[in-house]
Amino acid sequence: MKSKKKPQERVGVYICHCGSNIAGVVNVEDVSTWAGKELEKEGVVVARDYKFMCSSLGQELIEKDIKEQGLTRVVVAACSPHLHEPTFRNACSRAGVNPYLFEMTNIREQDSWVTTDKLEATKKAKSLVSAAVGRVVYQKPLESLFVPIDPNVLVVGGGVTGIQAALEIANSGQHVYLVEREPSIGGHMAQFDKTFPTLDCSACILTPKMFDAGNHKNITMLTWSEVEKVEGYIGNFTVTIRKRARFIEESLCTGCGVCWEKCPKKVVDDVFEAGLGYRKAVYTPFPQAVPKYPVIDHENCTYFQKGTCKACEKFCPTGAIKFDQQDEILTVKVGNIILATGYDLFDARKIPNYGYGRLPNVFTSLEFERMTNAAGPTMGKVVLRDGVTQPKSVAVIHCVGSRDKNYHNYCSSICCMQSLKFAHLVKEKTGGDVYQFYIDMRTPGKSYDEFYQKIIHEGVNMIRGKVAEIIEGEGGLIVQAEDTLVGKQRRIPVDMVILSAGLESRADAKEVAQKFGISCSADDWFIERHPKLDPVATMTDGVFVAGACQGPKDIPASVAQGAAAAARVLSIIGQGEIEIEAATAMVDEITCVGCKQCVASCPYQAIQFLEEKGKAYVQEALCKGCGTCVGTCLPKSITLKHFTDEQIVAEMIGAMRVMKSFEMTEVA
Amino acid sequence: MYEPKIIGFLCNWCSYRGADTAGMARMKYPPNVKIIRVPCSGRISPELVLRSFREGADGVILLGCHIGDCHYATGNHRTAKRMPVLKKLMEYTGIEPERLYINWVSAAEGEKFTTVIKEFTETISALPPFVETMK
Ligand SMILES: Cc1cc2nc3c(=O)[nH]c(=O)nc-3n(C[C@H](O)[C@H](O)[C@H](O)COP(=O)(O)OP(=O)(O)OC[C@H]3O[C@@H](n4cnc5c(N)ncnc54)[C@H](O)[C@@H]3O)c2cc1C
Ligand code: SF4
Ligand code: SF4
Ligand code: FES
Repeated sequence: MKSKKKPQERVGVYICHCGSNIAGVVNVEDVSTWAGKELEKEGVVVARDYKFMCSSLGQELIEKDIKEQGLTRVVVAACSPHLHEPTFRNACSRAGVNPYLFEMTNIREQDSWVTTDKLEATKKAKSLVSAAVGRVVYQKPLESLFVPIDPNVLVVGGGVTGIQAALEIANSGQHVYLVEREPSIGGHMAQFDKTFPTLDCSACILTPKMFDAGNHKNITMLTWSEVEKVEGYIGNFTVTIRKRARFIEESLCTGCGVCWEKCPKKVVDDVFEAGLGYRKAVYTPFPQAVPKYPVIDHENCTYFQKGTCKACEKFCPTGAIKFDQQDEILTVKVGNIILATGYDLFDARKIPNYGYGRLPNVFTSLEFERMTNAAGPTMGKVVLRDGVTQPKSVAVIHCVGSRDKNYHNYCSSICCMQSLKFAHLVKEKTGGDVYQFYIDMRTPGKSYDEFYQKIIHEGVNMIRGKVAEIIEGEGGLIVQAEDTLVGKQRRIPVDMVILSAGLESRADAKEVAQKFGISCSADDWFIERHPKLDPVATMTDGVFVAGACQGPKDIPASVAQGAAAAARVLSIIGQGEIEIEAATAMVDEITCVGCKQCVASCPYQAIQFLEEKGKAYVQEALCKGCGTCVGTCLPKSITLKHFTDEQIVAEMIGAMRVMKSFEMTEVA
Repeated sequence: MYEPKIIGFLCNWCSYRGADTAGMARMKYPPNVKIIRVPCSGRISPELVLRSFREGADGVILLGCHIGDCHYATGNHRTAKRMPVLKKLMEYTGIEPERLYINWVSAAEGEKFTTVIKEFTETISALPPFVETMK
């Protein structure tokens, strides 16, 4: 830096009194006179102090000086730049000085309000002004980049959240690609019979929405599909999607169901039936599936595995079975992306004391959901694993895998309500005894506590305590727990146990997050931009998250987030184009040694490595301007605009220049 | 006693706001630290820290968001990794490693900010001026 000549600029310096907030402690007149004299050789041509710089009169003062005195740089010493930097940048802009040629220094929050001694405070103000002047002459004009927004939208995950988001956007007239990995949309909600707290039938409220999504002219539905690659940035994403072969010609299939009727191969359905029921090798997960076309499960199909069968092909009335169908790779362009990939159920096998997988009459919550579903494997009958015996007593265990330092520390938020729903369903269907083992009851939703009261009045036994063990005995199962309200160990014999397993992030959440350039929390939930004020945006512009993939939540909250994400996307589309960060990083290709350290350090995957050149390259539209790459690059080949080494060093020299001269006057 | 000169690199999103919070609560701390606002603690290269000493600083304090709260998700992970290495290197070259201090201060932690600044100013005051160490 020393080798280069200092730029010749005309700097205006403005010291704000902020009434008495600053002027009561800092001798503002002294600071401005001093700046006019002592900083003249640094380029200061005007130095003033004024009662309220942020007032319109204060701003006009700057604008007038820019025009009349030909200022090329402006420094304001006042409050925090978090309050008024935009105000003064705009004033500069109006008078024809690029907003990035303005520098603000904080002599209120970080000086007059925190320093007791007036002389010290004045000295610190001089140091801060000197630092800002030192820096400002090295600042460069920057122009914001605007990129047009592609109005098409990608929604990943067709659970209730994704469906809601897709419908909101499609209804507004924009086009949506809805990608779902299973053969049908619907997600977890399609598996349930009744939903709390209203106990309305899940299918009755979900099926119409699924149907609308499936038939909407603005929705391209890609089920049995998966996103393989995402490139680009807000407004301009290019997405590669693998549409897996269904081995069914969709244009011919009428969804009549003859194929799965005739298919001789029965397979345990681990996904939709939660392992409790069967499907065929050619199947739709459930009768109301959207789309109606089945898929042939390659791994279990007799023809694919043994070379003979083709029963489905023989019987299909329209000739829709195509054993030679291949996966299709599609490339679509979208401007925004909404992730609504939902959750997985905690694997109760991980808690051996509860015996799931070993004790047949211990069930998971999802198994029980399927069991109570009239269209499910037991046709809605609550029965033991033998498929016929109705239990006389049932225990429902809360918080399985949740609020437990060995598994997940968090509360899964829906299990209390879902367990109460189960109590009601058991009572309704069997009239048997129900015991709820809970740690704390958490029912903080609209009409939720009323639901809890209602269930208690139905005669459910509530036992407060964490279950230690479930064992075989007395002709059934014995649930052992400490009843913490009476301070006693309890052994309750029951016929059936339901484990309210917690919600956890999808097994592949990390991979998916990486693909879309967003981050995960310690528990692998997708991280939102701000937990309170920006709950559906992410740190990557143009990528939004909604529903249970962001954290455990019930259907009302999921639907609200789906709609919220849609609204955010529509507001971006409405703008037509979007301004992106101007203070971005830049690689100097001459000095870059191609070590790729920066590529790995960038939190936004904004740095590309140009293999042919062996050099790094910053994609400006992706760069958020954090400077992490700059701190990483050993040969100093990356510059972060507006925070260059030159500017920062000039700032520190400016600050210390004052500290030094003061030391000397004190010595003298 | 001499008056130490301290350069404080504060990230814009958490720590700089933490310093503002201290101001809004009118907490008092010594004036020796000159705050330089940077987008993220990850922006600060070891080079810039050493440069501060070369330009006359007696101490450098680097404050960023708590791990997990970085405005740029993982910018401060780099800070957390690279700065301890720099401290080792400083020790090796004969610079007291205490002259460099790293901590995490959120926008709400005005009190923590004040304490950290007071303590660091004391630490540096107890050391001889940097130029003397280098003689
Ligand atoms: C046993 C049980 C009972 C419940 N009962 C109720 C109730 O009564 N009332 C209530 O309000 N809430 C209830 N809930 C909560 C409810 O299930 C959730 O709130 C809701 O399902 C969340 O919807 P979602 O769309 O976000 O996620 P999901 O329903 O999980 O849907 C996500 C969808 O994304 C798809 N997907 C995942 N990853 C990908 C990928 N990479 N690419 C493409 N597609 C992908 C999945 O296949 C799925 O279709 C219950 C939960 C459980 C476990
Ligand atoms: S860290 Fe620096 S030298 Fe290494 S690839 Fe990136 S820009 Fe090039
Ligand atoms: S400044 Fe930050 S966001 Fe931009 S390229 Fe460097 S590391 Fe990535
Ligand atoms: S933004 Fe504060 S440390 Fe990264």
